[in-house]
Amino acid sequence: MIPAIVVFIYLAIVVYIGIFAFRRSTGRQKAEDYFLASRSLGPFVFLLSLFGTNMTAFAILGSSGHAFNNGIVTFGLMASSSALVIPLTIFLIGTRVWALGKKHGFMTPVQMFRDRWECSHIGTVIFVVQAVLLLPYVIIGIMGGGTTLATISGGLVPFWFGGAIVAMVVMSYVFFGGMRGTAWVNTFQTILFLLFGAIAIVVIGYGMGGFQSAVQQLQASPATAPLLTRERISPLYFFSYTFIPLSAIAFPHILIFCLTAKKMAQFKKTVIFYPLCIMAIWLPCVFLGVMANRVADVPQIRAKQEARRVLATQGKTMTPEQRDQLREESAGDDVILRLLERYAPLWLAGILGAGIMAAVMASDSQILALSTMFTEDVFAFYGGKRRFGESVHVQTGRIFVIILTIIAYAIALRAPEAIFDLAIQYAFSGFAALSPLLVAALFWRGSTKWGALATTVWTAAAVTAVAVFQAIVPAPAPGPPVAIWSPGGIEILSRTPGGTAIFGFMPVVPMVIISALLMIVVSRLTKKPSHATVEKYFSKASQETEVAA
Amino acid sequence: MKRTLLVIAVVVVYVLHQDFWFWRTARIFGVIPFGFLPVGLFYHALFAVLASLLMWLLVKYAWPSHLEQEIESGASAREEEER
Repeated sequence: MIPAIVVFIYLAIVVYIGIFAFRRSTGRQKAEDYFLASRSLGPFVFLLSLFGTNMTAFAILGSSGHAFNNGIVTFGLMASSSALVIPLTIFLIGTRVWALGKKHGFMTPVQMFRDRWECSHIGTVIFVVQAVLLLPYVIIGIMGGGTTLATISGGLVPFWFGGAIVAMVVMSYVFFGGMRGTAWVNTFQTILFLLFGAIAIVVIGYGMGGFQSAVQQLQASPATAPLLTRERISPLYFFSYTFIPLSAIAFPHILIFCLTAKKMAQFKKTVIFYPLCIMAIWLPCVFLGVMANRVADVPQIRAKQEARRVLATQGKTMTPEQRDQLREESAGDDVILRLLERYAPLWLAGILGAGIMAAVMASDSQILALSTMFTEDVFAFYGGKRRFGESVHVQTGRIFVIILTIIAYAIALRAPEAIFDLAIQYAFSGFAALSPLLVAALFWRGSTKWGALATTVWTAAAVTAVAVFQAIVPAPAPGPPVAIWSPGGIEILSRTPGGTAIFGFMPVVPMVIISALLMIVVSRLTKKPSHATVEKYFSKASQETEVAA
Repeated sequence: MKRTLLVIAVVVVYVLHQDFWFWRTARIFGVIPFGFLPVGLFYHALFAVLASLLMWLLVKYAWPSHLEQEIESGASAREEEER
């Protein structure tokens, strides 16, 4: 119960930060103040909160779970590729979006697209696709909160109650604090993440009797030695994963966050330190996930290892349902919690549990982003702000926060978590496929609204197609992919144990490439925006960076 | 020239991410770095540091300062108007 009490204290601090932010806000009735903290965030808060916004439950729980089953490859797949691609996109795209936001008053990406391409309803289509891809994050955040509180309290706090508490806490500080509250809470949470990794590795390493012998024992066993290399993953799959971090800058909550910096100079420290922050959080989590395979005296971890062994040895003779059941049993998302339970003293487990809660509660930015998008891209765009005034405009945003949280909580109680885990997988690929919209809007004067529409419709269709394909064709047993469509012996479409492969690549690769090609081809064939609009975006000063039409 | 070199640097760092040379081994020169860090993990931790250095180079030599100036001159013009 002690860890649960520490977590409740943490939740109280988080609510207080949100209310404190509300008191500190100077223009409570101003939309720019509520949604963008008056574009006034300083360098320290901007770096830590932007980073924290991007670190969802997946960074701590998901990375260690993935590493538990797949080994050290997790770091190269998800962390080091993000360490390069995300700061690079913030440098190239985030700075330009910030400047345009400051210059023209944009508060959402869709506002910029509508202005850049002189479109209205096409902007609404982009809004709908973005919102649908973002919603699962909010739901999974509430589910993660409920599960974590139930685990930390040893079952004393049931899932439904834990989820309700997390939903209420997030809703409160987003409702009161808006962007300022969210940014401050994210800063506090990021500091907790960073402390979490360092403390967890020392405590668990000490508890396990040092990592050197653990690594030697892992290497000595043929079943676990591959976890210390990348031999189970193909180089093509590894390469494909470098496309996934393109999604980060296309996520509306990240792009909206880029608008909150007081000065452009604040991006400098952010892009330089971002890779180091990624390393500081992911390296301990991935390493501990791999080390969990050495643990023999935790029954829950033993059960996962056994499920994995059965799946590997007998998976081919099983039904798809039996394989799915074993996959679920071998999932390692709670291994860090189990390691803490086993090796950390109770009070420390509570503090580290708060660090994990901080990770699973990262849905705050998504809730605020959805509220900003709805209020700006729908309510204000279709005349609400003009008719009812700015005060009602801000209150609409706040009411939307409440409605969205209630809906997400209701869905979280009824739907199985696995569905939303999958939805998030698709969402990463979907947002990566939307990234050509930003590149075209900012760097190519020849891009058009029809090109943007083609890219958006393609993204929605491709995400749906992959989801339907994976629902119809069950995942095979661990081992080589199963070819589904291979005309003339060329393996075009395959089903892998973890997803889908197209020419051996993850779907995100053809999705992004086709998305970019559609933008180019359709834009070339259709009418450009007016000269005045193009000049607004490609003035002399910025021409040196643009790609010639 | 400066821009070309920076583009080459970005491409080189991206290529270095695909380290197929450490694919099937946990050791380098027969040892595991620090006795516990498999080389694939050690290499990618160093890669994150390299990415940070690359960002420093980009910030130092390719910072889009024209955007900053544009905003600042716009802001001071607005202040003038308000006065």
